[in-house]
Amino acid sequence: MKDDIILRVVAKLLLPFMLLFALYVQFHADFGPGGGFQAGVIAAAAVIFYSLIFGLRAGERLAPPWIVEAMLAGGVLVYAGVGVAGLLLGGNYLDYFVLHADPAAGQHRGIFWVEIGVLLTVAGAMLKLYTMFAGRDRNEDGEEEGA
Amino acid sequence: MSALAPHFSYWVTLFLMVAGLYILIARGNLVKKLIGLAVLQSSVYLLYIAPGKLLGGTAPIVAAGFSTYSNPLPHVLILTAIVVGVATLALGLAITVRIREAYGSIEEDEILERDRAEGR
Amino acid sequence: MLEHLPALQVVLPLVAAPLIVLARSTRFAWLATTVVSYACLVCAALLASRVADGGAISYALGNWPPPWGIEYRVDALSAFVLVAVSLTASFVAPYAQRSIAAEIEPDRQYLMYAMYCLCLAGLLGMAITGDAFNLFVFLEISSLASYVLIALGRRRQALFAAYQYMLLGTVGATFYVIGVGLLYLVTGTLNFADLAERLRMVQDLRPVLAALAFITVGMGLKFALFPLHQWLPNAYAFAPSMATAFLAATATKVSVYVLLRYYFTVFDPAALFERLPTREIFLLLSVAAMVVASLAAVYQRDVKRLFAWSSVAQVGYITLGIGLENQAGLTGSITHLLNHGVTKGAIFLLLGGVALRAGAGAVTMETLAGLGRRMPLTALGLVVAGLSLIGLPGTAGFVTKWYLIVGALERGAWWVVAAIAASSLIAVAYVWRVVEAAYLREAPAPAAARREAPAGMLAAGLAMAGLCVYFGFFTSINVEGAHAAAALLLRGAQ
Repeated sequence: MKDDIILRVVAKLLLPFMLLFALYVQFHADFGPGGGFQAGVIAAAAVIFYSLIFGLRAGERLAPPWIVEAMLAGGVLVYAGVGVAGLLLGGNYLDYFVLHADPAAGQHRGIFWVEIGVLLTVAGAMLKLYTMFAGRDRNEDGEEEGA
Repeated sequence: MSALAPHFSYWVTLFLMVAGLYILIARGNLVKKLIGLAVLQSSVYLLYIAPGKLLGGTAPIVAAGFSTYSNPLPHVLILTAIVVGVATLALGLAITVRIREAYGSIEEDEILERDRAEGR
Repeated sequence: MLEHLPALQVVLPLVAAPLIVLARSTRFAWLATTVVSYACLVCAALLASRVADGGAISYALGNWPPPWGIEYRVDALSAFVLVAVSLTASFVAPYAQRSIAAEIEPDRQYLMYAMYCLCLAGLLGMAITGDAFNLFVFLEISSLASYVLIALGRRRQALFAAYQYMLLGTVGATFYVIGVGLLYLVTGTLNFADLAERLRMVQDLRPVLAALAFITVGMGLKFALFPLHQWLPNAYAFAPSMATAFLAATATKVSVYVLLRYYFTVFDPAALFERLPTREIFLLLSVAAMVVASLAAVYQRDVKRLFAWSSVAQVGYITLGIGLENQAGLTGSITHLLNHGVTKGAIFLLLGGVALRAGAGAVTMETLAGLGRRMPLTALGLVVAGLSLIGLPGTAGFVTKWYLIVGALERGAWWVVAAIAASSLIAVAYVWRVVEAAYLREAPAPAAARREAPAGMLAAGLAMAGLCVYFGFFTSINVEGAHAAAALLLRGAQ
């Protein structure tokens, strides 16, 4: 699809806005619909959009496989890390109240970091799914490529 | 007809549930079965969310002048359920791709036929 | 740290999985998995002893008090299930090293360990949580991980078996969610203890009955209650050996635990068993499972499939106790969660060793021929575990059947006693087939050299077989724990 000039130009124009919107949805979660899962999907959709138009190789240059896998696992560790931080600071697991001197601010901080973890994992998962499916060889004999 | 109106969302839920189950059972194509599963799961989302909106309730953010708020908990639950549904769908499709590569077909009866032919 | 044990029980395997994915090394994956499995066993044992001394433990996640927050609640029953699951995990984890190395491609092995850790986390979470929807989340975590574990089997039939299991399992989980949704609509809460209180005051019973039906069928699909068992034989037969051993010993048991929790803690057992034909339904289905599945096992050529059908029959024993609904019956049910776990775990671990030495994916009667001479220790272990399946006195299986028979006699249900005896006789038939192939048949000439399974695998399998005998004689852990759990259930909601 990268031969079509309209698609190329529109993709290059839209991509930063899509990523910005993903960040907006991510950080607006306290006050409106949003949060890590939605933002992660939008961010991944942006990269997938780029990958659809410019090809799988270009998409992999933008988001290398090892980074995607690291994001996947790293997000879960960030989430669990917030929980363990609650443990270490004297509260229960996933206790946000103890993360700051003021319990309400602690809630803000806890949710903020937890949502970052969710963003990383979801974006990583969606990207990994796309590259796994798209990178599959269409060979009838069942040879697989790009495991 | 007026007996249906207050419970309209429940009727839609029921329809989706049964339709999803039927597709899952009756269709032999593996991808169509997954679509039936997705429809079944959508009915569950509706079952939780539709009653969450209280009549006359506003968005669940504390604001002056409002006393009734819609229930935000079903939305949180269903967000989780949607993520689970997405993961299941992804896994199902991945297995379907592998089945296609291994058997050359994604029709259930053909797959069973090939297994029977090789005398499992 | 000790008051945070309930959280650590789930957090340890849950954190191990992404660490394994990040590290990408098979060696680290196996090490982390084994360490985490042992840590979970220590955690579960500590929790069980604290519960035995001091009563139920309640842990508020995020320090939000129940019923607003999610509560982890450890009582006698959940502690028993936690110990059963982590005990199995600590035997399967060291076994996995050679087993996975032989059956999975090298660059994917670390992913299998990650899935195993996630499955373990999900099962432990299911047993420990006191929140209905949190249970669904852990249910799906463990289920999705187990679908992947099964799909990684060597033969291509594993893929279709995993797909079928996934379809039926997801329908089961969806039904469970529908049931929980109906309960939430009626009561407005998701916490088990709070649900129990509020359900007593509900006027319109129709949604509650519908919820009961959905939850029963949903979990019935998960633990392969007859006739919802279609997915089990294929899934267990074609999965990798370590996955079969782990899932056969744990996955169905935890789903039965969920049913026990709902029937006796959430719903009012007096109403459930007096006003509805629950006892009759469970007795009928259990007896059907015990007899029909055992008969199906006798005719199988694939040995793993034979023991998978045997698992369906053994789940019938567990639900039989629910149908009897008295102290002895429930004790038999709950103790079978552990007894069957060690029995089937031992069998599938040893069969994995046979498969590895035979080099084949399938273990058929032909593969077993002459096993007594080729792999005498493995064959001995299989015989011991088989005797536990039959229920010979001195094995764990006998303990279960003893309590079930006592429970049936207390109810005056002679036909149930006859059914237990009949299914035990049929079990003799299929165990005899295995013994006959192992000891009375000649091995095909080239394979006749004596070569046991690798030491790690053999040790794990024999240790589990040893537990079958240990739990037959020293019943302090399994029976006393089950007794306390059954008494707790029959006392009603806390």
